[in-house]
Amino acid sequence: MTTTTEASVDNGVNVEALLEAKAALTEAPEAAKFIWRANCKWVNGTHSNSVVKSFFGLGEEQNHRTEFTFDADHPEVFASEDNGAAPIEYVLVGLASCLTAGIASIAQHRGIQLRSVSATLEGGMDIQGILGIDSEVRNGFDGIKVTYDIDADASRADIEALVAQSQKRSAVFDIVANPTNITVEIK
Amino acid sequence: MSRCLTERSIDHVVLEQGEVANSWRKERWESLRLLTPNWQSKLPGYSYDGEDPDGYMDLPAIIDFIDGYAKFLSAPVQTDTTVTSVAYKNDRYQLSTNQGNWQSKTVVLASGAFKIPNVPLFNGTLPSSITTITPDQYRSPDQLEEGGVLVVGASATGLQFADEIHRSGRPVTLAIGEHVRMPRVYRGRDIQWWMDAAGVLDERYDEVDNIVRARNVPSPQLVGTPGRLTMDLNSVTDLGVKLIGRFAGISGNRAQFSGSLRNVCSLADLKMGRLLDTIDEWALDNAMDDRVEGSERYPATRVDDAPPLSIDLANGKIRTVIWATGFRPDYSWLDLPVLDRKGQIRHDGGVVDSPGMYVMGLTFLRRRKSSFIHGAGDDARDLSDHLVTYLEECATTSSH
Repeated sequence: MTTTTEASVDNGVNVEALLEAKAALTEAPEAAKFIWRANCKWVNGTHSNSVVKSFFGLGEEQNHRTEFTFDADHPEVFASEDNGAAPIEYVLVGLASCLTAGIASIAQHRGIQLRSVSATLEGGMDIQGILGIDSEVRNGFDGIKVTYDIDADASRADIEALVAQSQKRSAVFDIVANPTNITVEIK
Repeated sequence: MSRCLTERSIDHVVLEQGEVANSWRKERWESLRLLTPNWQSKLPGYSYDGEDPDGYMDLPAIIDFIDGYAKFLSAPVQTDTTVTSVAYKNDRYQLSTNQGNWQSKTVVLASGAFKIPNVPLFNGTLPSSITTITPDQYRSPDQLEEGGVLVVGASATGLQFADEIHRSGRPVTLAIGEHVRMPRVYRGRDIQWWMDAAGVLDERYDEVDNIVRARNVPSPQLVGTPGRLTMDLNSVTDLGVKLIGRFAGISGNRAQFSGSLRNVCSLADLKMGRLLDTIDEWALDNAMDDRVEGSERYPATRVDDAPPLSIDLANGKIRTVIWATGFRPDYSWLDLPVLDRKGQIRHDGGVVDSPGMYVMGLTFLRRRKSSFIHGAGDDARDLSDHLVTYLEECATTSSH
Protein backbone atom coordinates (compact mmCIF):
# COMPACT_ATOMS: atom_id res chain seq x y z
CA MET A 1 0.00 0.00 0.00
CA THR A 2 1.24 3.48 -0.82
CA THR A 3 1.03 5.86 2.09
CA THR A 4 2.96 8.81 0.79
CA THR A 5 0.82 11.34 -0.98
CA GLU A 6 1.99 11.82 -4.53
CA ALA A 7 2.36 15.48 -5.37
CA SER A 8 0.53 14.99 -8.66
CA VAL A 9 -2.58 13.49 -7.05
CA ASP A 10 -5.23 16.00 -6.11
CA ASN A 11 -8.71 14.89 -5.09
CA GLY A 12 -9.23 18.11 -3.16
CA VAL A 13 -8.66 16.39 0.19
CA ASN A 14 -6.19 17.87 2.67
CA VAL A 15 -4.72 14.58 3.89
CA GLU A 16 -1.86 16.27 5.75
CA ALA A 17 -4.36 18.18 7.91
CA LEU A 18 -6.30 14.95 8.59
CA LEU A 19 -3.14 13.07 9.54
CA GLU A 20 -2.05 15.92 11.84
CA ALA A 21 -5.49 15.87 13.47
CA LYS A 22 -5.24 12.09 13.90
CA ALA A 23 -1.84 12.43 15.58
CA ALA A 24 -3.08 15.24 17.85
CA LEU A 25 -6.24 13.33 18.85
CA THR A 26 -4.25 10.16 19.59
CA GLU A 27 -2.46 12.22 22.26
CA ALA A 28 -5.65 13.94 23.48
CA PRO A 29 -8.52 11.45 23.01
CA GLU A 30 -10.97 13.65 24.98
CA ALA A 31 -10.95 16.19 22.14
CA ALA A 32 -12.09 13.43 19.77
CA LYS A 33 -15.55 13.39 21.34
CA PHE A 34 -18.05 15.06 19.01
CA ILE A 35 -21.78 15.68 19.30
CA TRP A 36 -23.75 16.16 16.08
CA ARG A 37 -27.12 17.93 16.13
CA ALA A 38 -30.17 18.57 14.05
CA ASN A 39 -33.29 20.58 14.85
CA CYS A 40 -36.60 19.71 13.24
CA LYS A 41 -39.88 21.68 13.01
CA TRP A 42 -43.18 20.32 11.79
CA VAL A 43 -44.58 22.41 8.95
CA ASN A 44 -47.84 20.75 7.95
CA GLY A 45 -49.03 17.24 7.13
CA THR A 46 -45.99 15.00 6.72
CA HIS A 47 -43.85 18.00 5.76
CA SER A 48 -41.11 19.06 8.20
CA ASN A 49 -38.10 21.34 8.01
CA SER A 50 -34.80 20.46 9.66
CA VAL A 51 -31.82 22.68 10.30
CA VAL A 52 -28.20 21.89 11.11
CA LYS A 53 -25.87 24.63 12.30
CA SER A 54 -23.93 23.89 15.49
CA PHE A 55 -22.02 20.88 16.69
CA PHE A 56 -19.57 20.13 19.49
CA GLY A 57 -16.03 18.90 18.89
CA LEU A 58 -12.35 19.43 19.70
CA GLY A 59 -13.42 20.41 23.19
CA GLU A 60 -15.68 23.33 22.24
CA GLU A 61 -18.80 24.49 20.43
CA GLN A 62 -18.41 24.69 16.65
CA ASN A 63 -20.54 26.02 13.81
CA HIS A 64 -20.96 25.21 10.15
CA ARG A 65 -20.06 28.15 7.88
CA THR A 66 -23.77 28.61 7.22
CA GLU A 67 -27.02 27.06 8.36
CA PHE A 68 -28.21 24.17 6.18
CA THR A 69 -31.90 23.37 5.88
CA PHE A 70 -33.66 20.24 4.70
CA ASP A 71 -37.30 19.80 3.77
CA ALA A 72 -38.63 16.32 4.26
CA ASP A 73 -42.01 15.01 3.18
CA HIS A 74 -43.48 11.98 1.49
CA PRO A 75 -44.40 11.51 -2.19
CA GLU A 76 -47.90 11.92 -3.52
CA VAL A 77 -48.54 8.16 -3.60
CA PHE A 78 -48.56 8.43 0.20
CA ALA A 79 -51.24 11.12 -0.13
CA SER A 80 -48.65 13.72 0.82
CA GLU A 81 -47.64 16.98 -0.87
CA ASP A 82 -44.09 15.95 -1.70
CA ASN A 83 -42.37 19.08 -0.41
CA GLY A 84 -39.06 17.29 0.01
CA ALA A 85 -37.23 13.97 -0.03
CA ALA A 86 -38.67 11.20 2.14
CA PRO A 87 -36.84 10.71 5.48
CA ILE A 88 -35.72 7.25 4.39
CA GLU A 89 -34.15 8.80 1.28
CA TYR A 90 -32.10 11.07 3.56
CA VAL A 91 -30.67 7.88 5.06
CA LEU A 92 -29.54 6.84 1.57
CA VAL A 93 -28.13 10.33 1.00
CA GLY A 94 -26.24 10.11 4.30
CA LEU A 95 -24.80 6.69 3.47
CA ALA A 96 -23.84 7.66 -0.08
CA SER A 97 -22.16 10.91 0.90
CA CYS A 98 -20.31 9.30 3.81
CA LEU A 99 -18.92 6.46 1.67
CA THR A 100 -18.05 8.84 -1.17
CA ALA A 101 -16.20 11.25 1.15
CA GLY A 102 -14.29 8.26 2.48
CA ILE A 103 -13.37 7.09 -1.02
CA ALA A 104 -11.95 10.53 -1.90
CA SER A 105 -9.96 10.79 1.35
CA ILE A 106 -8.55 7.27 1.22
CA ALA A 107 -7.71 7.67 -2.50
CA GLN A 108 -5.79 10.86 -1.71
CA HIS A 109 -3.97 9.10 1.14
CA ARG A 110 -3.07 6.17 -1.13
CA GLY A 111 -1.97 8.41 -4.01
CA ILE A 112 -4.86 7.46 -6.32
CA GLN A 113 -6.16 10.19 -8.66
CA LEU A 114 -9.93 10.04 -9.04
CA ARG A 115 -11.53 11.25 -12.27
CA SER A 116 -15.14 10.46 -11.52
CA VAL A 117 -17.04 8.70 -8.76
CA SER A 118 -20.75 8.07 -8.86
CA ALA A 119 -22.94 5.88 -6.74
CA THR A 120 -26.43 4.50 -7.18
CA LEU A 121 -28.25 3.45 -4.02
CA GLU A 122 -31.32 1.31 -3.68
CA GLY A 123 -32.98 0.40 -0.41
CA GLY A 124 -35.71 -2.20 -0.56
CA MET A 125 -38.65 -1.78 1.79
CA ASP A 126 -41.96 -3.55 2.29
CA ILE A 127 -44.36 -0.86 3.51
CA GLN A 128 -46.62 -3.49 5.10
CA GLY A 129 -44.32 -2.87 8.07
CA ILE A 130 -44.89 0.87 8.55
CA LEU A 131 -48.58 0.50 7.71
CA GLY A 132 -48.99 -2.13 10.41
CA ILE A 133 -50.40 -4.69 7.99
CA ASP A 134 -47.96 -7.45 8.92
CA SER A 135 -46.09 -7.29 12.23
CA GLU A 136 -43.47 -9.72 10.93
CA VAL A 137 -42.38 -7.22 8.29
CA ARG A 138 -39.68 -4.86 9.43
CA ASN A 139 -40.32 -1.09 9.21
CA GLY A 140 -36.96 -0.25 7.74
CA PHE A 141 -34.98 -1.36 4.73
CA ASP A 142 -34.75 -5.09 4.10
CA GLY A 143 -31.37 -4.36 2.51
CA ILE A 144 -29.41 -1.59 0.82
CA LYS A 145 -27.52 -1.97 -2.43
CA VAL A 146 -24.83 0.56 -3.30
CA THR A 147 -23.28 0.45 -6.79
CA TYR A 148 -20.20 2.56 -7.47
CA ASP A 149 -18.94 3.61 -10.88
CA ILE A 150 -15.37 4.85 -10.40
CA ASP A 151 -12.90 6.15 -12.95
CA ALA A 152 -9.44 6.45 -11.39
CA ASP A 153 -5.74 5.91 -12.03
CA ALA A 154 -5.72 2.55 -10.27
CA SER A 155 -6.22 -1.16 -10.85
CA ARG A 156 -9.57 -2.85 -10.30
CA ALA A 157 -8.18 -4.46 -7.11
CA ASP A 158 -6.97 -1.09 -5.78
CA ILE A 159 -10.39 0.46 -6.45
CA GLU A 160 -12.11 -2.46 -4.70
CA ALA A 161 -9.76 -2.01 -1.72
CA LEU A 162 -10.59 1.71 -1.66
CA VAL A 163 -14.33 1.02 -1.54
CA ALA A 164 -13.90 -1.70 1.12
CA GLN A 165 -11.75 0.55 3.32
CA SER A 166 -14.28 3.36 2.97
CA GLN A 167 -17.01 1.05 4.33
CA LYS A 168 -14.73 -0.02 7.17
CA ARG A 169 -14.18 3.60 8.25
CA SER A 170 -17.64 5.04 7.52
CA ALA A 171 -19.75 6.43 10.37
CA VAL A 172 -23.04 6.11 8.51
CA PHE A 173 -22.24 2.59 7.28
CA ASP A 174 -21.66 1.64 10.93
CA ILE A 175 -24.89 3.31 12.07
CA VAL A 176 -26.94 1.53 9.44
CA ALA A 177 -25.21 -1.85 9.77
CA ASN A 178 -25.10 -2.01 13.58
CA PRO A 179 -27.61 -1.45 16.37
CA THR A 180 -27.63 1.97 18.04
CA ASN A 181 -29.44 2.88 21.26
CA ILE A 182 -31.95 5.66 20.73
CA THR A 183 -33.57 7.66 23.51
CA VAL A 184 -36.58 9.78 22.60
CA GLU A 185 -37.89 12.08 25.35
CA ILE A 186 -40.51 14.78 25.68
CA LYS A 187 -39.56 18.09 27.27
CA MET B 1 15.84 -15.34 26.35
CA SER B 2 17.35 -17.63 28.97
CA ARG B 3 19.65 -19.07 26.31
CA CYS B 4 20.74 -15.60 25.15
CA LEU B 5 21.36 -14.44 28.72
CA THR B 6 23.47 -17.55 29.40
CA GLU B 7 25.50 -16.86 26.25
CA ARG B 8 26.10 -13.34 27.55
CA SER B 9 27.03 -14.64 31.04
CA ILE B 10 24.09 -12.91 32.71
CA ASP B 11 23.00 -14.62 35.91
CA HIS B 12 19.23 -15.13 35.79
CA VAL B 13 16.26 -17.22 36.87
CA VAL B 14 13.14 -18.21 34.92
CA LEU B 15 10.01 -18.13 37.06
CA GLU B 16 7.28 -20.46 35.80
CA GLN B 17 3.76 -20.37 37.18
CA GLY B 18 3.22 -24.10 36.75
CA GLU B 19 5.50 -26.48 34.89
CA VAL B 20 7.43 -25.90 31.67
CA ALA B 21 5.01 -25.36 28.72
CA ASN B 22 2.24 -24.74 31.23
CA SER B 23 -0.27 -22.94 29.00
CA TRP B 24 0.11 -25.66 26.34
CA ARG B 25 -0.64 -28.27 28.99
CA LYS B 26 -3.57 -26.56 30.69
CA GLU B 27 -5.13 -23.88 28.51
CA ARG B 28 -5.43 -25.40 25.03
CA TRP B 29 -7.87 -27.71 23.24
CA GLU B 30 -7.18 -31.36 22.36
CA SER B 31 -7.07 -31.16 18.57
CA LEU B 32 -4.80 -28.12 18.51
CA ARG B 33 -1.81 -28.22 16.21
CA LEU B 34 0.73 -25.48 15.57
CA LEU B 35 -0.10 -23.12 12.71
CA THR B 36 3.53 -23.25 11.62
CA PRO B 37 5.19 -26.27 9.96
CA ASN B 38 7.73 -28.34 11.91
CA TRP B 39 10.76 -27.00 10.02
CA GLN B 40 9.82 -23.55 11.28
CA SER B 41 9.93 -24.64 14.96
CA LYS B 42 13.32 -23.10 15.64
CA LEU B 43 14.68 -21.70 18.87
CA PRO B 44 18.24 -20.45 19.42
CA GLY B 45 20.49 -23.53 19.15
CA TYR B 46 17.56 -25.93 18.79
CA SER B 47 15.24 -27.04 16.03
CA TYR B 48 12.88 -29.79 14.94
CA ASP B 49 14.83 -32.85 13.80
CA GLY B 50 12.01 -35.33 13.15
CA GLU B 51 11.00 -37.03 9.93
CA ASP B 52 8.09 -34.79 8.96
CA PRO B 53 9.42 -31.24 8.43
CA ASP B 54 6.23 -30.24 6.58
CA GLY B 55 3.86 -31.50 9.30
CA TYR B 56 2.40 -29.56 12.21
CA MET B 57 3.04 -30.47 15.86
CA ASP B 58 0.10 -31.64 17.89
CA LEU B 59 -0.27 -30.72 21.55
CA PRO B 60 1.90 -33.56 23.02
CA ALA B 61 4.61 -32.80 20.44
CA ILE B 62 4.59 -29.09 21.29
CA ILE B 63 4.91 -29.86 25.00
CA ASP B 64 7.79 -32.29 24.26
CA PHE B 65 9.49 -29.70 22.08
CA ILE B 66 9.41 -26.94 24.70
CA ASP B 67 10.24 -29.37 27.52
CA GLY B 68 13.13 -30.67 25.43
CA TYR B 69 14.44 -27.14 24.93
CA ALA B 70 14.39 -26.40 28.67
CA LYS B 71 16.34 -29.63 29.31
CA PHE B 72 18.74 -28.93 26.42
CA LEU B 73 19.54 -25.51 27.89
CA SER B 74 19.55 -26.72 31.49
CA ALA B 75 17.63 -23.49 31.93
CA PRO B 76 17.43 -22.21 35.51
CA VAL B 77 13.66 -22.68 35.68
CA GLN B 78 11.90 -22.45 39.03
CA THR B 79 8.52 -24.09 38.54
CA ASP B 80 5.28 -23.73 40.51
CA THR B 81 6.14 -20.10 41.16
CA THR B 82 3.41 -17.53 40.76
CA VAL B 83 4.59 -13.93 40.65
CA THR B 84 2.12 -11.90 42.68
CA SER B 85 3.68 -8.46 42.27
CA VAL B 86 6.52 -6.61 40.60
CA ALA B 87 7.39 -3.16 41.98
CA TYR B 88 10.41 -0.88 41.62
CA LYS B 89 12.17 0.38 44.74
CA ASN B 90 15.77 1.35 45.59
CA ASP B 91 16.94 0.90 41.98
CA ARG B 92 15.77 -2.70 41.98
CA TYR B 93 12.71 -4.60 40.86
CA GLN B 94 11.07 -6.22 43.87
CA LEU B 95 9.31 -9.45 42.94
CA SER B 96 6.92 -11.16 45.30
CA THR B 97 6.01 -14.78 44.57
CA ASN B 98 4.34 -17.66 46.36
CA GLN B 99 7.86 -19.11 46.68
CA GLY B 100 9.65 -16.17 48.24
CA ASN B 101 10.84 -12.80 47.04
CA TRP B 102 13.39 -11.74 44.47
CA GLN B 103 15.27 -8.55 43.68
CA SER B 104 16.76 -7.77 40.30
CA LYS B 105 18.06 -4.93 38.16
CA THR B 106 16.25 -6.24 35.12
CA VAL B 107 13.04 -8.14 34.44
CA VAL B 108 11.86 -9.79 31.22
CA LEU B 109 8.10 -10.24 30.99
CA ALA B 110 7.43 -13.42 29.01
CA SER B 111 4.09 -14.38 30.49
CA GLY B 112 2.36 -14.42 27.13
CA ALA B 113 0.14 -12.34 24.89
CA PHE B 114 -2.74 -14.82 25.10
CA LYS B 115 -3.53 -15.04 28.81
CA ILE B 116 -6.98 -13.56 29.44
CA PRO B 117 -9.76 -14.35 26.96
CA ASN B 118 -11.55 -11.28 25.60
CA VAL B 119 -15.25 -11.45 26.35
CA PRO B 120 -17.69 -8.71 25.31
CA LEU B 121 -19.28 -6.61 28.04
CA PHE B 122 -22.74 -7.91 27.16
CA ASN B 123 -21.71 -11.51 27.99
CA GLY B 124 -23.58 -11.22 31.29
CA THR B 125 -26.83 -10.29 29.57
CA LEU B 126 -27.22 -13.54 27.60
CA PRO B 127 -30.27 -15.65 28.55
CA SER B 128 -29.50 -18.04 31.42
CA SER B 129 -30.30 -21.06 29.22
CA ILE B 130 -27.09 -20.37 27.28
CA THR B 131 -23.74 -21.80 28.39
CA THR B 132 -20.83 -19.54 27.48
CA ILE B 133 -17.23 -20.69 27.28
CA THR B 134 -13.88 -19.27 26.23
CA PRO B 135 -11.13 -21.02 24.21
CA ASP B 136 -8.94 -21.69 27.28
CA GLN B 137 -11.86 -23.70 28.75
CA TYR B 138 -12.65 -25.55 25.54
CA ARG B 139 -11.22 -29.05 25.09
CA SER B 140 -13.40 -30.85 22.53
CA PRO B 141 -16.97 -30.88 21.18
CA ASP B 142 -17.88 -33.68 23.65
CA GLN B 143 -17.93 -31.23 26.55
CA LEU B 144 -20.71 -29.20 24.88
CA GLU B 145 -24.43 -29.85 25.23
CA GLU B 146 -26.17 -31.24 22.18
CA GLY B 147 -27.77 -28.50 20.12
CA GLY B 148 -26.71 -25.39 18.29
CA VAL B 149 -23.50 -23.52 18.98
CA LEU B 150 -22.76 -19.89 18.22
CA VAL B 151 -19.03 -19.43 17.68
CA VAL B 152 -18.09 -15.76 17.91
CA GLY B 153 -14.91 -14.90 16.03
CA ALA B 154 -13.51 -16.37 12.81
CA SER B 155 -9.75 -16.25 13.19
CA ALA B 156 -7.76 -19.49 13.42
CA THR B 157 -9.31 -20.51 16.76
CA GLY B 158 -12.96 -19.73 15.99
CA LEU B 159 -12.77 -21.29 12.55
CA GLN B 160 -11.22 -24.51 13.88
CA PHE B 161 -13.90 -24.70 16.61
CA ALA B 162 -16.65 -24.13 14.04
CA ASP B 163 -15.26 -26.91 11.86
CA GLU B 164 -14.89 -29.60 14.53
CA ILE B 165 -18.04 -28.71 16.48
CA HIS B 166 -20.22 -28.73 13.37
CA ARG B 167 -18.74 -32.11 12.40
CA SER B 168 -19.74 -33.40 15.87
CA GLY B 169 -23.41 -32.90 14.95
CA ARG B 170 -23.95 -29.60 16.76
CA PRO B 171 -25.05 -27.08 14.13
CA VAL B 172 -22.73 -24.07 14.21
CA THR B 173 -23.44 -20.43 13.45
CA LEU B 174 -20.24 -18.43 13.04
CA ALA B 175 -20.21 -14.66 13.77
CA ILE B 176 -17.55 -12.95 11.70
CA GLY B 177 -15.76 -9.64 12.09
CA GLU B 178 -12.51 -8.64 10.44
CA HIS B 179 -10.32 -11.62 9.66
CA VAL B 180 -7.24 -12.63 7.69
CA ARG B 181 -7.65 -15.26 4.98
CA MET B 182 -4.81 -17.22 3.38
CA PRO B 183 -4.34 -20.64 1.76
CA ARG B 184 -2.40 -23.27 3.73
CA VAL B 185 -0.36 -24.26 0.70
CA TYR B 186 0.35 -21.88 -2.19
CA ARG B 187 2.10 -22.90 -5.40
CA GLY B 188 3.06 -26.17 -3.73
CA ARG B 189 4.69 -24.66 -0.65
CA ASP B 190 3.44 -23.82 2.83
CA ILE B 191 2.25 -20.21 3.03
CA GLN B 192 4.63 -19.80 5.99
CA TRP B 193 7.52 -20.78 3.70
CA TRP B 194 6.59 -17.98 1.29
CA MET B 195 6.12 -15.38 4.00
CA ASP B 196 9.43 -16.42 5.54
CA ALA B 197 11.29 -16.39 2.21
CA ALA B 198 9.77 -13.13 0.98
CA GLY B 199 10.75 -11.40 4.23
CA VAL B 200 7.15 -10.73 5.32
CA LEU B 201 7.72 -12.40 8.71
CA ASP B 202 10.93 -10.43 9.31
CA GLU B 203 9.30 -7.05 8.72
CA ARG B 204 10.28 -4.85 11.64
CA TYR B 205 8.05 -2.85 13.96
CA ASP B 206 9.88 0.38 13.09
CA GLU B 207 9.51 -0.21 9.34
CA VAL B 208 5.75 -0.73 8.92
CA ASP B 209 3.72 2.40 8.29
CA ASN B 210 1.21 1.86 11.09
CA ILE B 211 2.44 -0.37 13.94
CA VAL B 212 -0.75 0.07 15.99
CA ARG B 213 -2.79 -1.33 13.12
CA ALA B 214 -0.22 -4.06 12.41
CA ARG B 215 -0.34 -5.21 16.04
CA ASN B 216 -4.13 -5.43 15.92
CA VAL B 217 -4.33 -7.60 12.80
CA PRO B 218 -6.15 -10.83 13.75
CA SER B 219 -4.28 -14.14 13.48
CA PRO B 220 -4.62 -15.70 10.03
CA GLN B 221 -7.24 -18.36 9.32
CA LEU B 222 -4.85 -21.30 9.26
CA VAL B 223 -4.98 -24.82 10.58
CA GLY B 224 -2.28 -27.47 10.80
CA THR B 225 -3.60 -30.80 9.52
CA PRO B 226 -1.79 -33.88 8.22
CA GLY B 227 -3.44 -33.22 4.83
CA ARG B 228 -2.23 -29.56 4.81
CA LEU B 229 -5.82 -28.48 4.23
CA THR B 230 -6.95 -24.91 3.77
CA MET B 231 -9.66 -23.91 6.20
CA ASP B 232 -11.60 -20.78 5.35
CA LEU B 233 -15.16 -19.49 5.43
CA ASN B 234 -15.96 -21.29 2.17
CA SER B 235 -14.74 -24.63 3.57
CA VAL B 236 -16.92 -24.35 6.70
CA THR B 237 -19.87 -23.19 4.56
CA ASP B 238 -19.45 -26.42 2.57
CA LEU B 239 -19.87 -28.33 5.86
CA GLY B 240 -23.11 -26.48 6.59
CA VAL B 241 -21.87 -23.84 9.05
CA LYS B 242 -23.99 -20.66 8.84
CA LEU B 243 -22.08 -17.40 8.44
CA ILE B 244 -23.39 -14.21 10.04
CA GLY B 245 -22.02 -10.73 10.80
CA ARG B 246 -20.01 -9.56 13.78
CA PHE B 247 -21.79 -10.02 17.13
CA ALA B 248 -22.96 -6.47 17.75
CA GLY B 249 -25.12 -6.61 20.87
CA ILE B 250 -28.04 -8.06 22.79
CA SER B 251 -31.56 -6.73 22.79
CA GLY B 252 -33.83 -8.68 25.14
CA ASN B 253 -33.26 -12.31 24.23
CA ARG B 254 -32.08 -11.52 20.73
CA ALA B 255 -28.45 -11.44 19.72
CA GLN B 256 -27.83 -8.78 17.09
CA PHE B 257 -25.32 -9.06 14.28
CA SER B 258 -23.73 -6.48 12.04
CA GLY B 259 -24.75 -6.00 8.43
CA SER B 260 -21.07 -5.62 7.52
CA LEU B 261 -20.42 -9.32 6.75
CA ARG B 262 -20.06 -8.76 3.01
CA ASN B 263 -17.51 -6.01 3.52
CA VAL B 264 -15.35 -7.84 6.09
CA CYS B 265 -15.22 -10.76 3.65
CA SER B 266 -14.26 -8.41 0.78
CA LEU B 267 -11.54 -6.84 2.93
CA ALA B 268 -10.11 -10.30 3.68
CA ASP B 269 -10.33 -11.50 0.07
CA LEU B 270 -8.59 -8.34 -1.18
CA LYS B 271 -5.90 -8.56 1.50
CA MET B 272 -5.22 -12.18 0.57
CA GLY B 273 -4.96 -11.10 -3.07
CA ARG B 274 -2.32 -8.53 -2.15
CA LEU B 275 -0.33 -11.11 -0.15
CA LEU B 276 -0.38 -13.54 -3.09
CA ASP B 277 0.66 -10.69 -5.44
CA THR B 278 3.63 -9.99 -3.15
CA ILE B 279 4.55 -13.69 -3.19
CA ASP B 280 4.24 -13.93 -6.99
CA GLU B 281 6.43 -10.86 -7.45
CA TRP B 282 9.00 -12.27 -5.05
CA ALA B 283 8.98 -15.61 -6.90
CA LEU B 284 9.54 -13.83 -10.20
CA ASP B 285 12.34 -11.60 -8.85
CA ASN B 286 14.09 -14.54 -7.24
CA ALA B 287 13.99 -16.92 -10.20
CA MET B 288 11.55 -19.20 -8.35
CA ASP B 289 8.75 -18.77 -10.84
CA ASP B 290 9.61 -21.84 -12.95
CA ARG B 291 10.58 -24.01 -10.00
CA VAL B 292 7.20 -23.96 -8.26
CA GLU B 293 3.62 -24.59 -9.30
CA GLY B 294 1.75 -21.90 -11.22
CA SER B 295 0.18 -18.83 -9.70
CA GLU B 296 -3.38 -19.28 -8.42
CA ARG B 297 -6.26 -17.12 -7.20
CA TYR B 298 -9.10 -18.43 -5.04
CA PRO B 299 -12.87 -17.99 -5.25
CA ALA B 300 -14.27 -15.02 -3.34
CA THR B 301 -15.84 -15.78 0.04
CA ARG B 302 -19.45 -16.81 -0.48
CA VAL B 303 -21.92 -14.77 1.56
CA ASP B 304 -25.70 -15.26 1.55
CA ASP B 305 -27.74 -12.43 0.07
CA ALA B 306 -29.37 -11.67 3.38
CA PRO B 307 -27.66 -13.30 6.38
CA PRO B 308 -29.78 -12.96 9.55
CA LEU B 309 -29.21 -9.79 11.58
CA SER B 310 -30.55 -11.22 14.83
CA ILE B 311 -31.05 -14.62 16.46
CA ASP B 312 -33.38 -15.58 19.30
CA LEU B 313 -31.14 -17.03 22.01
CA ALA B 314 -34.03 -18.10 24.22
CA ASN B 315 -35.80 -20.51 21.84
CA GLY B 316 -33.46 -23.39 22.66
CA LYS B 317 -31.92 -23.73 19.22
CA ILE B 318 -28.59 -22.31 20.39
CA ARG B 319 -27.30 -23.90 23.61
CA THR B 320 -23.72 -22.67 23.74
CA VAL B 321 -21.89 -19.48 22.87
CA ILE B 322 -18.10 -19.67 22.47
CA TRP B 323 -16.19 -16.40 22.62
CA ALA B 324 -13.28 -16.93 20.23
CA THR B 325 -12.69 -13.20 20.33
CA GLY B 326 -9.00 -13.14 21.13
CA PHE B 327 -6.86 -12.91 24.22
CA ARG B 328 -4.93 -10.22 26.00
CA PRO B 329 -1.93 -10.35 28.34
CA ASP B 330 -2.36 -10.38 32.12
CA TYR B 331 -0.51 -7.51 33.82
CA SER B 332 -2.57 -7.52 37.02
CA TRP B 333 0.59 -8.30 39.03
CA LEU B 334 2.59 -5.34 37.68
CA ASP B 335 2.75 -2.54 40.28
CA LEU B 336 4.37 -0.16 37.83
CA PRO B 337 3.05 2.76 35.78
CA VAL B 338 3.81 1.11 32.44
CA LEU B 339 0.32 0.57 31.00
CA ASP B 340 -1.41 2.96 28.60
CA ARG B 341 -5.05 4.00 28.90
CA LYS B 342 -6.09 0.89 26.97
CA GLY B 343 -4.27 -1.34 29.48
CA GLN B 344 -1.50 -2.26 27.05
CA ILE B 345 2.13 -2.15 28.06
CA ARG B 346 4.12 0.84 26.78
CA HIS B 347 7.23 -0.43 25.03
CA ASP B 348 9.51 0.33 22.12
CA GLY B 349 10.09 -2.99 20.36
CA GLY B 350 10.07 -4.86 23.67
CA VAL B 351 12.01 -2.26 25.68
CA VAL B 352 9.43 -1.34 28.32
CA ASP B 353 8.98 2.22 29.50
CA SER B 354 10.66 1.37 32.84
CA PRO B 355 14.47 1.04 33.21
CA GLY B 356 15.75 -2.51 32.69
CA MET B 357 12.35 -4.01 31.93
CA TYR B 358 11.63 -5.95 28.75
CA VAL B 359 8.63 -7.76 27.29
CA MET B 360 8.55 -10.64 24.81
CA GLY B 361 6.08 -12.68 22.80
CA LEU B 362 3.57 -9.94 22.05
CA THR B 363 2.05 -9.63 18.59
CA PHE B 364 4.49 -7.79 16.26
CA LEU B 365 6.68 -6.86 19.24
CA ARG B 366 9.75 -6.29 17.03
CA ARG B 367 8.88 -8.30 13.95
CA ARG B 368 5.79 -9.76 12.33
CA LYS B 369 6.90 -13.19 13.62
CA SER B 370 7.37 -12.02 17.24
CA SER B 371 4.45 -13.97 18.70
CA PHE B 372 5.47 -17.24 16.98
CA ILE B 373 7.90 -19.81 18.42
CA HIS B 374 10.41 -19.09 15.64
CA GLY B 375 10.09 -15.36 16.26
CA ALA B 376 11.46 -15.56 19.81
CA GLY B 377 15.11 -16.07 18.83
CA ASP B 378 15.75 -12.80 16.97
CA ASP B 379 13.82 -10.78 19.54
CA ALA B 380 15.70 -12.43 22.43
CA ARG B 381 19.05 -11.67 20.78
CA ASP B 382 18.14 -8.00 20.26
CA LEU B 383 16.66 -7.51 23.70
CA SER B 384 19.40 -9.38 25.57
CA ASP B 385 21.95 -7.11 23.82
CA HIS B 386 19.98 -4.11 25.05
CA LEU B 387 19.80 -5.63 28.53
CA VAL B 388 23.59 -6.19 28.67
CA THR B 389 24.21 -2.57 27.61
CA TYR B 390 21.79 -1.39 30.28
CA LEU B 391 23.58 -3.38 33.00
CA GLU B 392 26.95 -2.00 31.85
CA GLU B 393 25.57 1.54 32.03
CA CYS B 394 24.26 0.84 35.54
CA ALA B 395 27.72 -0.39 36.56
CA THR B 396 29.41 2.72 35.09
CA THR B 397 26.97 5.09 36.78
CA SER B 398 27.24 3.47 40.20
CA SER B 399 31.07 3.46 40.08
CA HIS B 400 31.13 7.27 39.81
